[in-house]
Amino acid sequence: MATKRTVEVELSTTGIGRDGKPQRVPLFVGEGGEGGGPAVAAPPSTEPELEGEHMLINIGPQHPATHGVLRLVLELDGETVVRCIPHIGYLHCGFEKIGEYRQYNQIIPWTDRDDYLNCVGNNIAFSLGAEKLFGIEITPRCTVLRVIGMELSRVISHLVWMGTTAIDIGAFTPFLWSFQERENVYNLFEGWVGARLTTSASRVGGMAADIPDGWLDGLRAFVRTFPKTLDECDRMLTKNAVWVGRTVGLGVMSPEEALNYGLSGPMLRASGVDYDVRKDFPYLDYETYDWEVPVGVNGDVYDRYLVRMEEMRQSIRILEQAIARLPDGPVNIDDPRVILPPKHKATSEMESMIHHFKNVMEGPRPPIGEAYVAVEAPKGEKGYYMVSDGSAKPVRWRIRPPSFVNLSAIPKMVEGHLLSDVIAINASIDIVMGEIDR
Amino acid sequence: MSDFTVIHAGTAPGLPAPATPKNVPNRGGEANPSADALKAQFGDAIKRVDVVWGETNVTIDIARALDIVRWLHDDPSQSYEYLSDVTAVEFRDRGLPIEVIWHLRSIKYRRFLRLKGLIAKGQPLSVPSVWPVYKGADWLERECYDMFGIKFEGHPDLRRILLWEQYAEGFPLRKDFPLRGRFSRAEQLRQALSANPEARYSMEELSIADAFSELPLDMRARIKGGESTGE
Repeated sequence: MATKRTVEVELSTTGIGRDGKPQRVPLFVGEGGEGGGPAVAAPPSTEPELEGEHMLINIGPQHPATHGVLRLVLELDGETVVRCIPHIGYLHCGFEKIGEYRQYNQIIPWTDRDDYLNCVGNNIAFSLGAEKLFGIEITPRCTVLRVIGMELSRVISHLVWMGTTAIDIGAFTPFLWSFQERENVYNLFEGWVGARLTTSASRVGGMAADIPDGWLDGLRAFVRTFPKTLDECDRMLTKNAVWVGRTVGLGVMSPEEALNYGLSGPMLRASGVDYDVRKDFPYLDYETYDWEVPVGVNGDVYDRYLVRMEEMRQSIRILEQAIARLPDGPVNIDDPRVILPPKHKATSEMESMIHHFKNVMEGPRPPIGEAYVAVEAPKGEKGYYMVSDGSAKPVRWRIRPPSFVNLSAIPKMVEGHLLSDVIAINASIDIVMGEIDR
Repeated sequence: MSDFTVIHAGTAPGLPAPATPKNVPNRGGEANPSADALKAQFGDAIKRVDVVWGETNVTIDIARALDIVRWLHDDPSQSYEYLSDVTAVEFRDRGLPIEVIWHLRSIKYRRFLRLKGLIAKGQPLSVPSVWPVYKGADWLERECYDMFGIKFEGHPDLRRILLWEQYAEGFPLRKDFPLRGRFSRAEQLRQALSANPEARYSMEELSIADAFSELPLDMRARIKGGESTGE
């Protein structure tokens, strides 16, 4: 494929056009290589005595641009990466082992900590898995509330991605803007469940709490104001010559390669595979919402950026529809075997007290079986696989971590690129080490 | 500008519109049509098919896992292009076999299939690697080896991934591994304090070209002698 690509950019030197907007000039990028973008062969050296020595360089685990405790050992020929060997595991704390010693509701706080930028989404994904294992149908109000929680956490996860990637590439302002918006969402979460980061928002069969009075007004205000911030970031980055020059043509994955490497989420869609778990294996009635899946065509860092930006807009569309359709009614299912009775009843009625005691001390027991639930997390296909032997604790609790699988393709993506581009490619994967190491 | 064509999910004709599954029964229900196709294709290698919570489990002869997965991937009537997950399950009842699980997805037909291979107790923990078919299996199989000690034959680089290479306590997700670990806190601390930072590089990395000449003398001698970098 031809790697030469033209993107229109705005430069401070080109002045203002007739329409009062900055004039756009074509910028050629990606020249000098064939077959998937990067130039694999090192340029011929004019100083032959310097050839032939490869250098080993270690990035991380304490490097801010690795977004966590990731360590990349790079073999360099000059400035060109010849080989990349990633090392992970610095945050490993055995979530899956601990889960085998916890009741289902006690695992939910652990799901906060695996992908800590998407806490509510993880809580809900785990609850969906446990509900499949228990054979529970949740209430209509709970379904819509969960959609709201999942889309809000998608927005804040993408905002962190945009801000930190912009910092990696050299723009500081979008970081501040995105963290300001993120603060608004955290205030909403705090009003809903009382916690900001480690929310533990859901329970098996319902949510930890119903939304308080007036909460939807706050959400409406966010949905109204957030697209403006997003447009500002868009204007700041999308046609920015530095941004385009440092992202286009990097880390290219073709659609077949992306599927074969098991990439998911924006990584897969930027490569041109129209696969979104919400559309293709829907849950939480996502098929009834009107929204679209953005798909890239070039599979490079720039397309991943475009896909994520558009996903945030689509999330806002879903949020608007969810606010409009939020029905009244109970949030939790009416089943005392899995849902705790209200506190005032547990302290005044014998029956409720027994249910409370059994629920807390023994825990609800699912039938023998197994369930795999995958949701479209901001990073990709997040799966929870649970196996029950009929006791109150799972035999096996498995997290299918999307950024773990996405990161496994990094040696393929950085090969032949410059050392400085490794930072941009690594940032484009949107890794969260808490989820990778678990 | 590019030779890429967008791959659309669910492109097979006659597919129903995807919908959120409701009121799924515990056992039974409609099985994934690939299960019957597998039976017709592989006969005895397919031991059992059951449907649990709407998901089709196909228990296979573990020695033929690679053939089966390759056929599922390559055959145009199946086209399972996407490997979601590779993992294993050991039950609390120690007599039950260890299960190796593959979660496969067909993007084209919007199908989900779970393959299971059973390793009876006392049998060697050895499974064919599906890495030749799915490159994404690389780290998933390494993690499964790291946690369960299951050897994936044919994997190009099977070493520990989340734990370090010199980890000596065993395989954490096995049921005979205590939650606190095998070693005492004092022993774990002693090992951490006496860890040699050079041991964090693999032999492969240390032998890379120029880096070798920058290593300390004693280490160069040890690597030349073929000794492991472990403490």
